[in-house]
Amino acid sequence: MHPILILVLQRLGLGLLLLLAASALIFGLTEILPGDAAQAILGQAATEENLANLRAEMGLDRPAITRYFEWLGGILTGDMGTALTNKLPIGDQIARRMSSTLFLAFWAAIISVPLAILLGLIAVRYQNRWPDKLISGITLASISLPEFMIAYILVFFFAVKLFWAPSFASVSPGMPLLDQLHAISLPVAVLTMVVLAHMMRMTRAAILNVMQSAYIETAELKGLTTFKVIYRHAFPNAIAPIVNVVMINLAYLVVGVVVVEVVFAYPGMGQYLVDAVVKRDVPVVLACGVIFAAVYILLNIVADVVSILANPRLRHPK
Amino acid sequence: MTTPLLKVRGLKIGATVYPPGEKPHDIEIVHGVDFDVEPGKVLGLIGESGAGKSTIGLATMAYGRGGVTLTGGTVEVNGRDVRQAPLKDIRNLRGAEVTYVSQSAAASFNPAKQIMEQVIEAAVGQGKFTKQEAQKRAVELFTKLGLPDPDTIGNRYPHQVSGGQLQRCMTALALCPEPDLVVFDEPTTALDVTTQIDVLKAIKDAIRDTGVAALYITHDLAVVAQVSDHIMVLRMGQMVEYGTTDQIINNPQEEYTQALVSVRSIEHAEKQPTEPVLRVKNITARYKGTNFDVLHDVSVDISPGQTLAVVGESGSGKSTLARVITGLLPPRDGKITFAGRTLTPDQPSRSLEDLRELQMIYQMADTAMNPRQTVGTIIGRPLEFYFGLKGAEKQKRIQELLDEIELGTGFQDRYPAELSGGQKQRVCIARALAAKPKLIICDEVTSALDPLVADGILKLLLNLQKIEDVAYLFITHDLATVKAISDSIAVMYQGRVQRYGTKSEVLTPPYDDYTDLLLSSVPEMKLGWLEDVIANRKMESAGN
Repeated sequence: MHPILILVLQRLGLGLLLLLAASALIFGLTEILPGDAAQAILGQAATEENLANLRAEMGLDRPAITRYFEWLGGILTGDMGTALTNKLPIGDQIARRMSSTLFLAFWAAIISVPLAILLGLIAVRYQNRWPDKLISGITLASISLPEFMIAYILVFFFAVKLFWAPSFASVSPGMPLLDQLHAISLPVAVLTMVVLAHMMRMTRAAILNVMQSAYIETAELKGLTTFKVIYRHAFPNAIAPIVNVVMINLAYLVVGVVVVEVVFAYPGMGQYLVDAVVKRDVPVVLACGVIFAAVYILLNIVADVVSILANPRLRHPK
Repeated sequence: MTTPLLKVRGLKIGATVYPPGEKPHDIEIVHGVDFDVEPGKVLGLIGESGAGKSTIGLATMAYGRGGVTLTGGTVEVNGRDVRQAPLKDIRNLRGAEVTYVSQSAAASFNPAKQIMEQVIEAAVGQGKFTKQEAQKRAVELFTKLGLPDPDTIGNRYPHQVSGGQLQRCMTALALCPEPDLVVFDEPTTALDVTTQIDVLKAIKDAIRDTGVAALYITHDLAVVAQVSDHIMVLRMGQMVEYGTTDQIINNPQEEYTQALVSVRSIEHAEKQPTEPVLRVKNITARYKGTNFDVLHDVSVDISPGQTLAVVGESGSGKSTLARVITGLLPPRDGKITFAGRTLTPDQPSRSLEDLRELQMIYQMADTAMNPRQTVGTIIGRPLEFYFGLKGAEKQKRIQELLDEIELGTGFQDRYPAELSGGQKQRVCIARALAAKPKLIICDEVTSALDPLVADGILKLLLNLQKIEDVAYLFITHDLATVKAISDSIAVMYQGRVQRYGTKSEVLTPPYDDYTDLLLSSVPEMKLGWLEDVIANRKMESAGN
């Protein structure tokens, strides 16, 4: 078997193990919280008797281990359970919410990843000169401001003053794509600003590191222009670290959008999770937690695999 | 008289340095150098490190490493001064009129790209050839340079070919655009001695067949004597002597050149073996996680106060033997006796006495010392550790050791960064001596040093051997060093001792094929040596 295939399968296996561990951890954490679903439904005024009855009815009186494996088995067969508050199946909800979140994350990624890498390349080309300093300064400022702050500033100028974009990102299934994009333009802008700096700075650092290599001197002595040296010779060798930081930021775009979704009242996963936490809807919190963990682990596996593929020594063994 | 292709007049090169604790300031590293290279001729630039050889070589392409800049004079290539030329013209010159072959092809090839793509990049990028023409030319060059599978080797990645092959590929890269001038910067220095000779021959033939002019930079006069028409000797950024190769080798005028020519003139009378201090018996060893032995049934003895030279190419197991003796790599089989005691296989279980009496000196003195400790601290540590010396007593002993390594007062408070390469290696020797060892393992201790400095270190080691009666296990790939200092020799090849005995026994014919190859591959300061050797060889070198 090709050594790369073995490495990839190893990564996938490890990822599954990690996801299992994460699910146990999430389940365990919700278990040790004071109160449970029965308490949440009946409220503070419930009598002990009522609580016991409801627990028996919901199966909450059985040992945690049993319930964990039941829940895990449900997830594996595609059954996420039922929300406590509205008795709706969680799976359907998540599918709808997730597609909204992915839609937002997709457009933020489409804009921020190429932009970050391009800005990184420009910063290297003009290292320590004004374009480099300008790029670093602006991206650092945008990463330093809290996202809700950026969000409200953008809302103030572009929604309230200029009427260019809506302050509520309400997207419905039947909308034409352009209208949808218009609706999410402000949250996408905020997310882009939040993840841009990290990726751009890592691109710059990774390429600068490669620029110290002897083969860069060889390329320069071939009479190539600086930009050609950077993208033909330095960039291919800096892919692994760049992909790693890109994947972490993509994961953030999916998992870390809670604040942005709440500010713009966007019906995504973040909004759903926040609602569930407020209403103590434990099954929903559990499901969201596992989904978020899966996204993180999956994207990190992708980063690992791309790093492996980017290494010519592994791709082309002797 | 033909017009020179390269005409350098009054070339001055400067750099900005950032010494620790001082303000950055400009220094001059080349102080006005003049020379010409005519079309099709080879000029050898020779000198020790810091002489400015590479800097001058790169200056012909208007290139300066780090903060290096051309500060004065003219560098005319085909009648145009590259120092004054705009960047666009310089780009057109690089990779088209002048090309460059670096010391380490392994580092100079982009690991992420196929060899062919890199070899033809300049030729195509400069518009000299179309892609098809350039590829055809590259294959011709691969063939001419004696590379295996010339039609397909270009599809490989750099890590898929050997060091010697990659150096040939680099030569093909430089010759592909049909340049007027190629700068060869120590192209064979990083190769094993038996590989060097083949690459040298390939380069020499390629230069002759393509009629290209070349600047051949090296610290090894014997190497440059084989390829160049003229030689310029440089020292500290200044020309010492310039002449035809014949004149420089056979009739050097300047004292410095004479020293370079006669380097390795150490005389050392061989001593007869006595009751050994170290006895290595039937050692077989392999590294963890591998399934092949790197040492097979190795047995050698070292007599007290004598030197055993272990010689071989990279990968022959020399350094592994040192690791086994010091206990860093416990052997699978075999026994080591030291000063009458049997040594335990692994280092942590050895007694303080064993550790003290068996010391080591390394190739890279730089990395073998803590850069944040002063020379006094470095040498003082074994005095405290083994003998419990403190205060004035320790200071006195440190000073004695410094005197022994000929460094004198004032060095105690210096940091390694403030020492030259030779001085650093001397401090490492003093640190080893401080333990009053019976045996010192010297692992390629002079390989990273300039010839004259290395000579000084070898003389010092021999002197100390007389005074302290210490034995050396001297690991090296350099046969000149072996001849200079050893009492007995072990030739290693592919993990086995190929030939072993006293110096005179090992160096007296008849030789086995490998020893013959090894001995004959050492460049000699003689014109026409290269052709003679290639014609008379019995065995192909392994590194190809």
